[in-house]
Amino acid sequence: MKIIKSVFTILVFSLTFVACTDDGNDPIIAVEENPLADYNKLTSFSANDHTIEIYSEQNSYTIGYNELFFRIKDNVDEQYLKDVQVSLMPMMHMVSMQHSCPKSEISKTEDASVYKGFVVFQMPGNADEYWEVTLEYETGGQNYAATERISVVTPSDNKKRVNVFTGSDEKRYVLAMMPMSPEVKVNDFSAMLFKMENMMSFPVVEDYKVMIDPRMPGMGNHGSPNNEDLTFDSNNSMYNGKLSLTMTGYWKINLMVENEMGEVLKGEEVTEENESSSLFFEIEF
Amino acid sequence: MRIHNGTRGYLVALPFHTKRLYLFLASILLLTWANLHGQEIKVEIPSDSVLAITLKEVIVISSFNRALEHKTQHKPLSTLDAYLESSSKLNMVKRGGYAWEPMMNDMSSERLSVTIDGMRIFGACTDKMDPITSYVDVSNLSDVHIASGQHGAEHGAVIGGAIDLKVEKSDFLPKEWNGSVETGGETNNNAQIVGAELNYSDERFYIDSDIIYRKADNYVAGGGEEVAFSQFEKYNFSANAGYKVNKGQKLTATFIFDEARDVGYPALPMDVSLARAFIGSIGWSQQKFLGDWTNWETKLYANTITHIMDDSQRPDVPIRMDMPGWSDTYGYYSQARLKLGQHRLLAKLDGFYNRSLAEMTMYPNNSDEREMFMLTWPDVRTLNSGLYAEDMINFANSSLRLSARLAVQGFNVADEFGLNSLRIFYPEMAQRQTRLLKSVSTQYQKEFEKIQLSTGISYGERAPSVSEGFGFYLFNSFDNHDYIGDPDLQNEKALEVNAKISVPLKKVKLGFEGNYFHTMDYIIGEIDPTLSVMTIGAEGVKVYRNLEYADLYNLTLDAEYEIIPALKATGLISYHRGTDQDGRNLPFISPLAYNVLVQYAKNGFSGSVTMRGAAEQVHFNPEFGEDQTAAYTVFSFSLGKRFSIGNDNLFAKAGVENVFDEFYSTYTDWNNIPRMGRNLFMTLSYAFN
Ligand SMILES: [Cu+2]
Ligand SMILES: [Cu+2]
Repeated sequence: MKIIKSVFTILVFSLTFVACTDDGNDPIIAVEENPLADYNKLTSFSANDHTIEIYSEQNSYTIGYNELFFRIKDNVDEQYLKDVQVSLMPMMHMVSMQHSCPKSEISKTEDASVYKGFVVFQMPGNADEYWEVTLEYETGGQNYAATERISVVTPSDNKKRVNVFTGSDEKRYVLAMMPMSPEVKVNDFSAMLFKMENMMSFPVVEDYKVMIDPRMPGMGNHGSPNNEDLTFDSNNSMYNGKLSLTMTGYWKINLMVENEMGEVLKGEEVTEENESSSLFFEIEF
Repeated sequence: MRIHNGTRGYLVALPFHTKRLYLFLASILLLTWANLHGQEIKVEIPSDSVLAITLKEVIVISSFNRALEHKTQHKPLSTLDAYLESSSKLNMVKRGGYAWEPMMNDMSSERLSVTIDGMRIFGACTDKMDPITSYVDVSNLSDVHIASGQHGAEHGAVIGGAIDLKVEKSDFLPKEWNGSVETGGETNNNAQIVGAELNYSDERFYIDSDIIYRKADNYVAGGGEEVAFSQFEKYNFSANAGYKVNKGQKLTATFIFDEARDVGYPALPMDVSLARAFIGSIGWSQQKFLGDWTNWETKLYANTITHIMDDSQRPDVPIRMDMPGWSDTYGYYSQARLKLGQHRLLAKLDGFYNRSLAEMTMYPNNSDEREMFMLTWPDVRTLNSGLYAEDMINFANSSLRLSARLAVQGFNVADEFGLNSLRIFYPEMAQRQTRLLKSVSTQYQKEFEKIQLSTGISYGERAPSVSEGFGFYLFNSFDNHDYIGDPDLQNEKALEVNAKISVPLKKVKLGFEGNYFHTMDYIIGEIDPTLSVMTIGAEGVKVYRNLEYADLYNLTLDAEYEIIPALKATGLISYHRGTDQDGRNLPFISPLAYNVLVQYAKNGFSGSVTMRGAAEQVHFNPEFGEDQTAAYTVFSFSLGKRFSIGNDNLFAKAGVENVFDEFYSTYTDWNNIPRMGRNLFMTLSYAFN
């Protein structure tokens, strides 16, 4: 009897130990009426008897990478246009000139009435200078264009997620960090690099290398181990690597961009004397 | 963050004054003279090494008859740490005036088992600011059992040995109501101690309770320099009760509450605003068990520790931070004994489950930035189940003791955040792991004429500690490095050989003891130059690694001389050495150390003179943050007198420690913080029956 008691005690202890299980996955969100109900509607305007709606996960157009979703409603029958060919042209009207920015093709999504693509705004608008987006699409054998002025702002946390720079090859580049939810772990980390051919054309740069060195300036500028520099992946035209964050807080991700010859186009190594690279992203969590 | 605050480099070489030796000898003569004028009555002189010949040692904290607490220590009401330090087997690592960490055979916490009445408890501090011994007080305890090497395997998987703190119990002695009040004070740090106990005991039931309060300011080192942040305040309450259900069947319960506040750690960059423990157990014991098995004893226990570390009192820190830690342990053991011819068997089944969690929040100097957070102990769950068996075989003039422990230990990193943090270093790291821990030990003891000889060989293993396996950027201010654990560490395995001989001559007793630990896969932090420090001002990052092996030797020669029955002199000299496979010196290895104690006790009067010291440290290693510790010698003396007042007793004791106000620090003093200078103490105990 007494032995049984002891055995029972062991069992109880073992069970306690085994009973600690991992958390389950996030619940799948059921898509109802508006397939974009979980996103923020940033713009809605009428043109050509259509209403154009632009959605984003963010609540404003911010400088850096913006993933955007589009819907076009026929104002007559209140139906959303399906399977149309859409293209987008963002344009910044500055005092002395105008220019576009890096952007993607607009593609269809699983929902035939929703189209998506991305835009990388290099700078915010201000009182005298502003951004406009022009959506071109074709329906019923007719081409339409719709233009609307939008407000592009710096992100509310003021953290740098895009860099525009002139490389040592005298070319202009745009380097944008892909959105991520940073955690204390080895994070997947990606960026996109574009070359500014002229004011209107920003093709993706392939086969360069983006070297990363995350630091905490608030804590003696310490770094983190086991980061992986970003290398080009032709499947998604992105530069992918790994970012280790050893604690929460403010991190500065110092960058150096190297061309395919291994020549540094921009950025400096962080050393005792040099606290930061001129090229960097910022994360705070 | 925890930048070391410039407490290093205190060492000053002081010449040994032969004058002091003369004074010491003179005081012995004085005591001898005092005796010649007294009466010849045999008085038991309390001593540290009471057991004739075993590798065990018992430090008596309360006297057997309990009439007067703590009178066996030269300084009653001193902290438990001071009691432990008086042991020849223990050294205490000091980070301040409070919560010293015991070391045995040159090994500390992770290689030892420290238990309270057999209960496993684990500190909640990632910086070892709260050894288990800091969560009890002398008022709770009757004695401390110290078992060297694998002789400690009874309590757990150990390498260096075990320290079991025995809770004081009336244990059904028919004493009815009794109690005592005690008070003490010390001049050096303005320490005030007040304690009381009240007990009731009869043959069927007992309940004991005690309470103690201590408060101390900063202490002053030899020469008059105040050691800032060495203050502490602590209170402790304990109660234990027993009830005889039937003849030979006892139900017991123990509860200890201990809380320390505002504890300074001058050697560290942080202090402790709160260290609190709740410790409880329920036990059942009965004379008869299955068949011929007897003395069945079972205990269920639980304890929870909260340790809040902060730097709010420090004037300049590079960054403010909070570092709380928690450790909860639940466990049990059940044991029984069997007498079979010459055999005396003990079988014990035990297990514990511990949860260790510690975090660190840093507050950026730029208040616009978010606070920085990390888990330094990622909620590590340890489950250990063990089986221990021991057989003591008695022959005519000799005995053989065999023992073995087999344990299964599992780790589970329960916190996802913490697991992901560690996977930054170890991407393939599993969330759970299981280890098998084995220990075997043999000890042979023989008596020739009166000479006693004992020799043994043992093998033991231990799993990495939570810090060694799962620590995440733990700053060690001693070597000024951040430490990272390694979950894939091998178990540490030690082969141990020991021998002891004791030769009782007419009035002199000589003893010689030696042990040797050949420890394979010895766990220690090694610099990883590829890693960048997290702590502002740290020199580098160390990762816990297995050394190929380490060798540790400890040799002790002790002598006891009974000058006259009331006057006894004991002396001890010890030599220690620790190196790794490349002959590199290991840290925290004692230099040649010695102590001499002369005790006089007669007619309720007692006196003692102590000389303690160490030679200059020869073997030290700057790689581990060590520098050379200079030689020192310190003297203390005390006088005590017992008065009978009717049925009650009053005991007064006073003394001086570090008589010559020597400025010194020892090899165990973290960052060379100096030890206390001259200190006068006085205690009064009143016991009523
Ligand atoms: Cu940090
Ligand atoms: Cu601590």
